[in-house]
Amino acid sequence: MRLQRRALIRSLFTAAAVLAVPRWLFAARPDAAFDADNSETVVKDLFDGSITESDQITLKVPDIAENGAVVPVTVSTDLADVESISVLVDNNPTPLIALFELSPQSIPDISVRMKMGESSVVRTVVKAGGKFYSASKEVKVTIGGCGG
Amino acid sequence: MGKPIKVKAKLKGDVAEVKVLMPHPMESGARVNADTGEKVPKHYIQEVVCKHNGNVVNTAFWGTGVSKDPYMAFKFKGAKPGDTLEISWKDNTGDTSVAETTFK
Repeated sequence: MRLQRRALIRSLFTAAAVLAVPRWLFAARPDAAFDADNSETVVKDLFDGSITESDQITLKVPDIAENGAVVPVTVSTDLADVESISVLVDNNPTPLIALFELSPQSIPDISVRMKMGESSVVRTVVKAGGKFYSASKEVKVTIGGCGG
Repeated sequence: MGKPIKVKAKLKGDVAEVKVLMPHPMESGARVNADTGEKVPKHYIQEVVCKHNGNVVNTAFWGTGVSKDPYMAFKFKGAKPGDTLEISWKDNTGDTSVAETTFK
């Protein structure tokens, strides 16, 4: 009993600390993750700990992208306390496309248009309540869009 | 100063629906100029900050993989007519652009 109470008090303190210092206010652009040339490095850099696949994330991307220079992507989620949403394209020269940091005022529903060099798995990682959740989808690209 | 940002902001109840278009070359550094055969240097937006009445609603960090003339859409709660919305970006050359609009 005593131990549980202690754990509860500790978790309350942690929660208070997290609320008092909203991480998103102080975050700087994670340059190294944006320069990384593979998804594993990005994941290791940005998402410390385990990532759970979640069906509460909606990742909207076309099945087939005729023009890889402009591929629309929309990510929305029913998860509570969303802190950030990231988008990765595994086969791009630098997989990390975007990282959106959301304040509590935000509604987790963002859209952006991205470049895809070739067909690839598109991945989104959502940070919610301090945990990481992901969803992914395969996109076939008929004309690549990374210049060249 | 970068090119002007185009902002469309709509209110649905207290939910703000914002669409942003930012004219920008978004050069990834991989594209080769067909005439000179040289690589076009990196020139891309790295950071977009959206503020509602001066408070940060969201920050977008971007890599070179965002399309040319970036389009972005997002939503947030707690907006009402007369509130201000400020969108600003900064690119890797230090160039910036800012747009401000008022909710109707």
